[in-house]
Amino acid sequence: MTQRITIDPITRLEGHGKIEIFLDDDGNVANTYFQIPELRGFERFCVGRPVEEMPLLTNRICGVCPEAHHMAAAKAADAVYHVDVPRTGKMLRELLYSAFYCTDHTTHFYALAGPDFVMGPDAPVAERNILGVIHKVGLEIGGKVIQMRKYGHTVVEMIGGRKVHPCTSIPGGLTKGITEEQRKEIEEMGKWAIEFAHFSLKLFADVVLGNKAYVDLILGDVYTHQTYYMGLVDENNKVNFYDGKVRVVGPDGKEFVKYSPKDYAEHIAEHVEPWTYLKFPYLKKVGWKGFTDGKDSGVYCATPLSRLNAADGMATPRAQEEHDKMYKTLGGKPVHQRLATHWARLIELLYAAERWVELVTDPEITSPNFHAIPTEKPTEGVGIVEAPRGTLTHHYWTDERGVVTKVNLIVGTTNNYAPISMSINKAASSLIKKGTVVTEPLLNMVEMAFRAYDPCFGCATHSLPGQMPLEITIRDAQGNPVQVLKQFVD
Amino acid sequence: MSKPKFAMYWAASCGGCEIAVLNIHEKILDVDANFDVVFWPVAMDAKYKDVEAMEDGSILLTLFNGGIRNDENEHIAHLLRKKSKILVAFGSCACEGCIPGLANFSPINEIVETAFSTISTDNPQGIRPQTSYQMPEGEIHIPTLYPVLRTLDSVVDVDYYMPGCPPESHQIGAVIDLVVQVLQGKAELPPKGATIGAGNSTVCDECKRTRNVKTIKEFSRIQLMHADPELCLLEQGIPCNGVATRSGCDARCPTAGAQCIGCYGPAEGVIDYGARLVSAFASVIDANDPAEIDRILDGLVDPAGQFYRFNLAGSLLKAGKSAFQRSNV
Ligand code: SF4
Ligand code: SF4
Repeated sequence: MTQRITIDPITRLEGHGKIEIFLDDDGNVANTYFQIPELRGFERFCVGRPVEEMPLLTNRICGVCPEAHHMAAAKAADAVYHVDVPRTGKMLRELLYSAFYCTDHTTHFYALAGPDFVMGPDAPVAERNILGVIHKVGLEIGGKVIQMRKYGHTVVEMIGGRKVHPCTSIPGGLTKGITEEQRKEIEEMGKWAIEFAHFSLKLFADVVLGNKAYVDLILGDVYTHQTYYMGLVDENNKVNFYDGKVRVVGPDGKEFVKYSPKDYAEHIAEHVEPWTYLKFPYLKKVGWKGFTDGKDSGVYCATPLSRLNAADGMATPRAQEEHDKMYKTLGGKPVHQRLATHWARLIELLYAAERWVELVTDPEITSPNFHAIPTEKPTEGVGIVEAPRGTLTHHYWTDERGVVTKVNLIVGTTNNYAPISMSINKAASSLIKKGTVVTEPLLNMVEMAFRAYDPCFGCATHSLPGQMPLEITIRDAQGNPVQVLKQFVD
Repeated sequence: MSKPKFAMYWAASCGGCEIAVLNIHEKILDVDANFDVVFWPVAMDAKYKDVEAMEDGSILLTLFNGGIRNDENEHIAHLLRKKSKILVAFGSCACEGCIPGLANFSPINEIVETAFSTISTDNPQGIRPQTSYQMPEGEIHIPTLYPVLRTLDSVVDVDYYMPGCPPESHQIGAVIDLVVQVLQGKAELPPKGATIGAGNSTVCDECKRTRNVKTIKEFSRIQLMHADPELCLLEQGIPCNGVATRSGCDARCPTAGAQCIGCYGPAEGVIDYGARLVSAFASVIDANDPAEIDRILDGLVDPAGQFYRFNLAGSLLKAGKSAFQRSNV
């Protein structure tokens, strides 16, 4: 009897992401489809708006990472005006962005991924959440997580004007700087963030790396794909979130291309399928060969692990040490095992915290020279930053008054749409076999395949924020539900 | 006695409202202490069918954020309306459509066309998403988008409105305090239909910038000048929407040097936000000659966006509602 497994949103009616798993007559997986059911149309309705509003309008693409859109939009608007932001302006933006990264990576690790590792993929659903994690590793950690989020948002508000949807980046820089008093406060918080990042890495080492079953899970074939990897790098090929060139390495770890933001369209194209509202970006020069990995397939991945794979290292000392440790443990670059993304995310957390302190202790950070008035005629520009969930590209064209005439956006999670689809397929095919009893923990292990990517389809469809609540219904060939399972959400 | 039930739901939203609620930090514990959180997809594991199984009216308080972009969003709105005593339109999207409501300026097919014909789209066959599609293994479906984005109160009855994109955390905290006091019999609920978690005046009233009742000869753009950090932005020619916008955010943006873009929606008593703003802008223009006034107003490069940036779907233009009602009712 053929079966169809539908992994639906927590409410079938929510419209935020859906997985269809088809089984063949033998009960093996025939195919899987990961569908994105919504589209809000920012590319259309941003046309006609003044380009200085783009950092404010595109914020509203995603309330989970508005900072990323705010920055990419501001950089694209700088480029439209051909204006160079003064050093202090750049540093202030990157400082805000580093603090945001700390908050975002913390939320993901502790609330979303943590439960799988700390509690175990097969722990009871009721325990497999952030509260379960806190109960197991101690209440004090919950307090630290709240503190980290609070500090991050405090900095975002100090520099960006608001905690959610910052408003201060404009073409040429920012509308405000920071005072010495604020600087001191931000420095203190940054130092605390470094300690928190170390603490998180230690927790990971104790709980995950100290457990052979988890290490086997990470290194196993179920969660492995050999693809290209993308990430923004500085002039020394070190990871940078705010600025630099986009570097892509092949499945063999060698540099495939390094391009300037303005050239992105020469290198990236988006494939269309009729069964989803989201497009599938791929490397144009390699080509779209379908949902397959390897050197001949243009599928690439843009995640914390991808960024580390695509760079030569980290620009800060302690993060560099942790970077080396990870690659030593996992057998060198590139690492293809997707679950290592969680480890890479914590290394990025440490880098972001170190960078935060580096920037806030720069003598020029309190300078009033945070904005340069654009003098050239606005035309066209591209802005790229690394969003936590992947390389984010904004491209605007304007008329001579700086009114937007055309927009193109390739957002963070979208980059990973093809690899996520492939990971789901592979995990499902490996775990669901003829005669397998499909249990909730088993399906959770399928979901772990995409959780590593921290997919945020708020960005992609501009509808689903952060995490993905799911309900799983297994139906027989007649469409009658055989079993209903639920995915925890935190 | 069991605790009253609380729910929070996102429809077509960016997730910022959820983040804003999480940002009330320790106040979350008050919610936990006073309420039984029965449904909140971002924070806990309860599901649609659990809500369906509840008795009608059994949820005391539901905060609903996000606009209504498709039939799924609408279905949930009806369901939560039925199950909730108090349904709050939470945040700008649910109240008035917010930025995604700007989509109502364009027909839906144009929106899809644009998204699938960008320069990086590789689509020689002109493929468009299909709501149902036959794959070798079976048929798969995606929902149909509505022709326009709708506000929550265009599909169900709403008890209270909480504006802001997103509502500021201190206002969320204040509303939670109020509800807790109501539960303890120490306060009363405001009249139905009221705006909560915001002020009754304008952003200008909360703004600390100096106003000299100076007039302007032309509008300026924020990036094309170094704005004076103390002086009213509008008096410097920057089109700040503070004068027509409801207070409640402590004038966040002007305080940080940016113009108010109007995320708290129309101020108390303002029927047409755009009209209010036009007259406020006209009043700072240093000219008596109508032609000259027009010339200065022409300096606003995007009047439609300026006047209806957050409230197009819910505004008097009713681009949202009326078009929808014509085609669907
Ligand atoms: S117009 Fe803007 S800057 Fe001026 S007082 Fe009002 S809110 Fe403040
Ligand atoms: S100043 Fe205006 S745009 Fe800024 S938060 Fe307040 S109401 Fe919203």
